[in-house]
Amino acid sequence: MAADAVKSPFSNREYKYGFVTDVESESFPKGLNEDVIRRLSAIKEEPDFVLDFRLKAYRHWLKMVEPKWAHVAYPPIDFQDLRYYSAPKKKGDGPKSLEDVDAEIIATFNRLGIPLSEQKRLTGVAVDAVFDSVSVATTHKAELGKVGVIFCSFSEALREHPELVKKWLGSVVPYKDNFYAALNSAVFSDGSFVYIPKGVRCPLELSTYFRINAAETGQFERTLIIAEEGSHVSYLEGCTAPMRDENQLHAAVVELVALDNAEIKYSTVQNWYAGDREGKGGIYNFVTKRGLCSGYRSKISWTQVETGSAITWKYPSVILQGDSSVGEFYSVALTNNKMQADTGTKMIHIGKNTTSKIISKGISADESVNSYRGQVRILPSAENARNFSQCDSMLVGNKSSANTYPYIEIKNKTAKVEHEATTSKISAEQIFYLKSRGLDDEGAISLLLNGFCKEVFKELPLEFSVEAVRLLEMKLEGSVG
Amino acid sequence: MLDISNLHVTVGAKEILKGLNLKVNEGEVHAIMGPNGSGKSTLSKVLAGHPDYAVASGTIHYDINFKPKNLLDLAPDERARAGIFLAYQYPVEVPGVNNAEFLRAAFNAICRDQGVEEMDPLDFDSYLREKIQFLGMDAKFMDRQLNVDFSGGEKKRNEILQMAVLAPRLAILDETDSGLDVDSLRLVSEGVNKLRSDSNAVVLITHYQRILSYIVPDFVHILANGQIIKSGDKSLALEIEERGYDWLLN
Repeated sequence: MAADAVKSPFSNREYKYGFVTDVESESFPKGLNEDVIRRLSAIKEEPDFVLDFRLKAYRHWLKMVEPKWAHVAYPPIDFQDLRYYSAPKKKGDGPKSLEDVDAEIIATFNRLGIPLSEQKRLTGVAVDAVFDSVSVATTHKAELGKVGVIFCSFSEALREHPELVKKWLGSVVPYKDNFYAALNSAVFSDGSFVYIPKGVRCPLELSTYFRINAAETGQFERTLIIAEEGSHVSYLEGCTAPMRDENQLHAAVVELVALDNAEIKYSTVQNWYAGDREGKGGIYNFVTKRGLCSGYRSKISWTQVETGSAITWKYPSVILQGDSSVGEFYSVALTNNKMQADTGTKMIHIGKNTTSKIISKGISADESVNSYRGQVRILPSAENARNFSQCDSMLVGNKSSANTYPYIEIKNKTAKVEHEATTSKISAEQIFYLKSRGLDDEGAISLLLNGFCKEVFKELPLEFSVEAVRLLEMKLEGSVG
Repeated sequence: MLDISNLHVTVGAKEILKGLNLKVNEGEVHAIMGPNGSGKSTLSKVLAGHPDYAVASGTIHYDINFKPKNLLDLAPDERARAGIFLAYQYPVEVPGVNNAEFLRAAFNAICRDQGVEEMDPLDFDSYLREKIQFLGMDAKFMDRQLNVDFSGGEKKRNEILQMAVLAPRLAILDETDSGLDVDSLRLVSEGVNKLRSDSNAVVLITHYQRILSYIVPDFVHILANGQIIKSGDKSLALEIEERGYDWLLN
């Protein structure tokens, strides 16, 4: 897979997605005000309710302050010094089909391993490709359309399916939810929209690939997935960005809704540029992801492999409203160099017989800081709720740190909540021991990683688990010596 | 197969081995005895290629495909794949890594290196079970995490299991007998004896004569102050047992 990668256990691996695509783009000048939002909404030809939503969010955001409780440190962000929209220049009316998409962009996605052309597409996977502020292509739409599945860019959904968006937009993550969710609600540009009709098992794996290309531009995508009664969908997102000396802001919102007996499996392989060894540059990944198990026996499962970003602030959560609903969170978060990650989940039990499971694996190397922050809330209405949490941290070297912040709040006596946590360390002696049995650096690290993370890796869709494991190995090889 | 000549080794600023010479041929068992701090474990770590042990001067030649190669040019994993095996005095615990998966990964790494077909999980499972039975061990060893929460004796036996699975040409046993009760010592020794052949060799580092009555050495060397000061046959070990080291040191 990575034949081009030169193996050196002591030097840092090159971030192989760090290139910039030379494409003519249309960008807004820097700055944020109501006019910028109106202009954004006009470009996207949005219905009025969306502009209303944006403006309400913006006005609320102005009154909010940035959250400071996370275990991360960074200089203040000047929100007027960012661009809120950048898109590859359209030819004529903009791409109607894949043939109209700029060849440079197609080439970019090819280089990222996401072929968009009909012939080379990944088998069994439909892809929505988001480049800076816009979705440039969505594959397999016709095939999905046959079973009634809607998979398109968020902008298209606003034009083509306004009634669905209106019904669910902000229903899981209200614009007032938090500082970054409010900002996103005001300026979100694109993202993916998924609708699975009643009783349909989505025949393809759905996937969105987010690429930041333009400099000094924030990416504010929004994803909304609705799984109607008895439906099933598996969705995967991947993300990369060029290497730049400045930090770039990525503040996304993801909302999931699962109705009676529906199941949503949402997987993320996050590999935003993380900055260099000295901690210069990299993406600030401040993301709000939440799922609502609104129906009886509905299930939402988050799986994330977080390997990039200078700073991660992210807590994919599940609100277990429907009786007997199930929430799951499987996470591997790897930090190295000077990365900082504060990530975890929230499981809010409202319905009866609801169950949740949290498996978090944090790996911190070099001088990075890796924190798990998780909340389990059992509300008075949640009879017989169950939660199991397991948070394991692995330290590589002596300068990294790992923290675990579990918050458990139980308001119903019938609840059963279990929490387990461990901290271990990869030592040079372990690596030497494995090598002295014939394993090379790669083999030794792979064995250690797989051993530590296997409960999470097995949750990833097969097509992506190999890639994800490889990604982690490459990251860690530079840090273990 | 192994030729160590005038070997000087430092750890940090301290010289531990001060001109050590040792020759080992196929089919031989060499016992290395010596007082505490004489450099016995240093010798084993240097042969395995531990990065903390710096060779200041001298040579180590090891035959690969019947040709002597400079062992110091090889990385630890290359040495292992070339048939060198160190049974550690203190095997490291590796949490999360399954014992059987680890052994299969190591076994297949050696297969790949030798151009032999790798073993699939099912075949390896039978192969491993056979070795476990051969050594009179419990099959539960397979499913445990590598050395995690193993007793001292279990760790030592797990090292011998690894040796049985990887079938090295040169096995260095670093105080494999220490911390073993009589029954474990007998089992481990029987295991080693079963693995002896005309084509492989064993270097057995020990404090005590006891193990040498189970694994009978062809040569006994006394290592003191970083040098081999006396070599002999098995009777030398008995003499040490009786008289200690002092008579040799003065």
